[in-house]
Amino acid sequence: MTINIMLLFGLVISGLWTVMTVRLIRAIVGLAVTSAILSVLIYRLGAPFAAVFELSVCAGLIPVIFIITVNFTERITKERLRERRKERFVKFWYLPVVIGISCLLLIKYLKIPQFSLPAPAQEQDVRNVLWNMRHLDLLGQIVVLLAGALGVAVLFKEHKK
Amino acid sequence: MQTLYCFLIPIILLFICGIYCLLASFNLIRIIIGIEILIKAATLLIILCGYITGHMAAAQSIVITLIVIEVVFMIIAGGIVFWAFRHNETIDPRKLTNLKG
Repeated sequence: MTINIMLLFGLVISGLWTVMTVRLIRAIVGLAVTSAILSVLIYRLGAPFAAVFELSVCAGLIPVIFIITVNFTERITKERLRERRKERFVKFWYLPVVIGISCLLLIKYLKIPQFSLPAPAQEQDVRNVLWNMRHLDLLGQIVVLLAGALGVAVLFKEHKK
Repeated sequence: MQTLYCFLIPIILLFICGIYCLLASFNLIRIIIGIEILIKAATLLIILCGYITGHMAAAQSIVITLIVIEVVFMIIAGGIVFWAFRHNETIDPRKLTNLKG
């Protein structure tokens, strides 16, 4: 449990750093670290398949897409960076305060009502659940992937002059 | 119940981080990062629910679906940011006024 608490603390800190840091590349690295910590937590909760997906896709692929997007868009000068640092300091200096106060209030006042859970079902294999019981989800995933491919094709289509 | 309590507080704090990022940022990439943080919190919440109720296989399959949707969303959002920059030379949503009626 102690390791879980340390990981949860790291998760919140890396999320906070992702939001507060000035440079976009650092924010993307922070997001990847958040994903990596999350995948360790998911693994420790007993979900290895979801942890592998989270680690390979969310901590590996998504930061790459982000970095490509950042490289294709704006290049920032030192003066602009200084201005942006000031802007972000004005906007974000009180976020750690908000997080700290929320944490204290939650620790003090969050009361989880006692409830009885139904007896846990017989543990099933995730492959069985995914392919046999939730096959409509798979159909949905295929439709979403096709819609994504179509969307990218439309966005990057060159107009004929 | 102790596990639920320990995990619920960081999940709520992560939600606050994501919503704050969405509300205070005027950069399309940072807005996407805020949405990503919200999705991370939702992912952990789903796994936590599976852990507590004992339906971890169902929770894992839902998380795998969520990750697929997240990737497609990211690719489309990245494409939209790139498109917006190519046509407007900015990724500040306040300056994207092409569709204003």
